Amino acid sequence: MAKVHVQTQINGEPVDFLCEPQQSLLEVLREELSRTGTKEGCGTGDCGACSVLLDGRLVCACLVLGVEATGKNVTTIEGIAPEEGLHPIQQQFLEHAALQCGICTPGLIVATKALLDKNPNPTEKEIRYWLAGNLCRCTGYDKIIRAVQASAAELSHPA
Amino acid sequence: MEAFAYVAPKSVDEAVAALQSAQSSGGRAQILAGGTDLMVQMRSMDKGARTIVDIKGIEDTNRLVIGSDEIFIGSAIASAVLNENAELQAKLPGLLEGADLIGSTQIQGRATIGGNLCNASPAGDSIPAIIANRGVCVIASASGQREVAAEDFVVGVQRNCMEDNEFLVGIKFPTPAARTSDAYLRFIPRTEMDIAVAGCGVSLTMAEDGTCTSATVAIGAVAPTALLVPEAAAALVGSKLEDAALAAAAAACSAAASPITDKRGTVEYRKKVVGVLCKRAALRAAERI
Repeated sequence: MAKVHVQTQINGEPVDFLCEPQQSLLEVLREELSRTGTKEGCGTGDCGACSVLLDGRLVCACLVLGVEATGKNVTTIEGIAPEEGLHPIQQQFLEHAALQCGICTPGLIVATKALLDKNPNPTEKEIRYWLAGNLCRCTGYDKIIRAVQASAAELSHPA
Repeated sequence: MEAFAYVAPKSVDEAVAALQSAQSSGGRAQILAGGTDLMVQMRSMDKGARTIVDIKGIEDTNRLVIGSDEIFIGSAIASAVLNENAELQAKLPGLLEGADLIGSTQIQGRATIGGNLCNASPAGDSIPAIIANRGVCVIASASGQREVAAEDFVVGVQRNCMEDNEFLVGIKFPTPAARTSDAYLRFIPRTEMDIAVAGCGVSLTMAEDGTCTSATVAIGAVAPTALLVPEAAAALVGSKLEDAALAAAAAACSAAASPITDKRGTVEYRKKVVGVLCKRAALRAAERI
């Protein structure tokens, strides 16, 4: 089977890779590029664990072909944190104990970033609907919602 | 064994040629738009090798034109992009509320109404509103383009009317006349992200005095395909959406439905609920005028 040569940008850096035509972007990120921050949950677009941004748009990496990344900008959880320390969303998830096992957390943080970039001051209802595609079986969600609200407050009024 | 391949044609003709070339070599080709159905199918029930023809790089499938006579929505445009378009939101709010009910934020960033139609699920949430707005499917083939009314496009459960060497370029709608609006409602037992138990799309034109002068009603998830229900529309036209007219329209929808019983609802329940949804969708469309 002929592999396809793909040139893309991941977290702002040019990246070249070879992949099978049917391989998902999730498989490419984790298995070809060893960027394992993006998690696989269901593999069928239901759980949001593999959420990434494709040209700024929130998508499930399991429902995107690796070859579709050609010429696009992909942002993964590895691209959220600054060089040093944590992004305010990551810090607020920690401070609000918005995670237990942690498998859903990268996807939730990427999804939260996408929400706050588009809507810096969302209502609780808007947060809950936006994050409805990110399943968490540990927390019961309330702590996640509080962490997102605190992130929104911090990002719009930095301390 | 046939291998997987991926092609990203730049024009409608190139896409048709890619479909034909895969098939003439004894293989199989499939269109990729948003991929939210295709990728799931490739991982579960249908793992066979094929040529994936990605239509997102084609100008025509990305075309969104809101003209005075006609609205054209290219088949590769993600639902989130449609919902962010204020002008389209003002013209076809019911179509967009149907599309917006499909899946999560992540799914909305990829899924297309064209794909929802082609996938031909009986419960596809954009389909009743596409039909209620008199959508016409623009299909490309080797011999040119042909057009099929949306209500005739889906021919069975997960089956559409296209040949293997054809694909959907987009859907066009007559631009809604003055004092015309639409609505789509579905019933699900949860508040978000579920498969419709029943759904109803309604488009109405209301005169200044509150009389309904034109109506189109389509129902979903209560038959193998979404159905146009002209009897329900006839019950609304000429009325001021009084209780009797709404009840007659609801009864027509219940009568047209031929649902199945499954874990989401029984035949009796679905037939009743689709009537209730028709009443509420009609009132909602009228409120928007």
